[in-house]
Amino acid sequence: MHDTTVLLIELGAVLFCLGLLGRLSRRIGLSPIPLYLLAGLAFGHGGVLPLSASEEFIAVGAEIGVILLLVMLGLEYTARELIGNLRTNAPAGLLDGLLNALPGLAFGLLLGWGWVAALVLAGITWVSSSGVIAKVLADLGRLGNRETPVMLSILVIEDLAMALYLPLLTAVLAGTGFIGGAKALSIAVGTVIVVLLVALRFGHAISAFISARDPEALLLGVLGLTLLVAGLAAELQVSAAVGAFLVGIALSGPVAHHATELLSPLRDLFAAVFFVFFGLATRPGDMPPVLLPALALAVVTMGTKIITGYLAAKRAGIAVPGRVRAGLGLMPRGEFSIVIAGLAVATPGIEPKLAPLATAYVLITVVSGPMLARLPDFAWFKRILRRNQRPLPRREPLPTTD
Amino acid sequence: MFHVRVRVEQTALPGIGVRHDLVTESGRRVGVVTHRTGRRDLVLYDEDDPDSCIASIPLNDDEAEALADVLGASLMLGQLSGLRQQAAGLLTEQISIPAGSRFVGRVLGDTKARTRTSASIVAVLRDAQVIASPGPEFVFQAGDVVVVVGTRQGLDGVSRILADGDPDS
Repeated sequence: MHDTTVLLIELGAVLFCLGLLGRLSRRIGLSPIPLYLLAGLAFGHGGVLPLSASEEFIAVGAEIGVILLLVMLGLEYTARELIGNLRTNAPAGLLDGLLNALPGLAFGLLLGWGWVAALVLAGITWVSSSGVIAKVLADLGRLGNRETPVMLSILVIEDLAMALYLPLLTAVLAGTGFIGGAKALSIAVGTVIVVLLVALRFGHAISAFISARDPEALLLGVLGLTLLVAGLAAELQVSAAVGAFLVGIALSGPVAHHATELLSPLRDLFAAVFFVFFGLATRPGDMPPVLLPALALAVVTMGTKIITGYLAAKRAGIAVPGRVRAGLGLMPRGEFSIVIAGLAVATPGIEPKLAPLATAYVLITVVSGPMLARLPDFAWFKRILRRNQRPLPRREPLPTTD
Repeated sequence: MFHVRVRVEQTALPGIGVRHDLVTESGRRVGVVTHRTGRRDLVLYDEDDPDSCIASIPLNDDEAEALADVLGASLMLGQLSGLRQQAAGLLTEQISIPAGSRFVGRVLGDTKARTRTSASIVAVLRDAQVIASPGPEFVFQAGDVVVVVGTRQGLDGVSRILADGDPDS
């Protein structure tokens, strides 16, 4: 058979399977991410149905998937929101970084994987999955809750922090050493600040330049601009993902709104390809030995997320049940952890167990996190919380006046 | 009329929209989550755990508008009954339109109530709904209750018009 024919057959089969898995995940109320990862494991080397011709195509698709994930994330926030959040919630973001990145770093060093792998692990354990958490909050009807803004701000700050972490990691992975890392970091800081300022001042002008009227032109314009900037950012060693994120931030108003609608289906397609690709890169046979370490890491870092959410909500004046909800809700790690691990896996000389560990870790947290987030809704859980709490003087209802 | 200023708290929900909420005098918290997409949720908070919402009710544009109308109209009625004590001689009355009235199926403008009696129809109550400040093109149904503001004489005039059509008989 001709190569292209095989490609079509393989790609079609993979996408069709993903479609079925997506439906299954909706049926059982689970994020599709773990199922996509498992599908990748099954299709990969040493899996059940190894692919032959389409791997290269999927690799390119995965790259585009990361870029689309990030540009959509950027489109969700405006520059004003990011800066406002940074101003009011910087301490919570800092606490989140310390409590969750350090265990990953320590874990990497303890396993003797070296500084570079430890830095990767720090990122993997740090970032919660904003996609999964936003969905869980909506599903549980908690968007109106008073602890929800606290959780969202932590997610926003994590995303913004990634704009600095990813360039640093890219430089370190490229083996440029400390000076190279510092250079990349300073370029990234500079770019982020410039983009935020430009978006604040001239956001409307940029958005007006790309007219929102014609959907086709808008789709091509935004997609083209995103890929262009992502490519240039990669050329400057600032990481393509960050470039895409900044494009998303710079766009605002109706352009951002319409672009979100137009790019969503593309994002869904290529993000699924990305998760499969990551699974492809992992040998299923490598999974069992890392399961226990991954479980240990998951338990520790899910615990630290609970502490993060609890303290951040306490700082915002939320009562104990809300603090517990915030903590339990922040636990799932997802797309970002895989993006970080994906950057590392491509690097030669890195600890080979990193990819299977990251896969297992994300699988554990993304499946158990949303389930544990439901705990505070159970009556017995509320009773335990109430028992440990000093009884509050119950407010008497005001007498009605005639 | 007096206004009670209530503190409405506005909180940004990054990536989702914005939330407005207020604490009532009786200590309950009520809020509205406005999504970027234009969707609105009315949220009611738990009494025991005021940080968590026990109910989140999605409202479409029409529903939100209807709810705002009902609340606004009932507020106006409340303030009107306050007016009764404040402005001597000005009265509020609820007058129902009997099934046999010749205004059933006709528009409010046809009653010429204001020109003939100098009393105003400020609201109509229909099926537990309040229609605030109905225009002259408003069509009456049997069983509607009109809320009228005016002098004693004016109010009597309006009830006579609605009953048989002639204020002076």
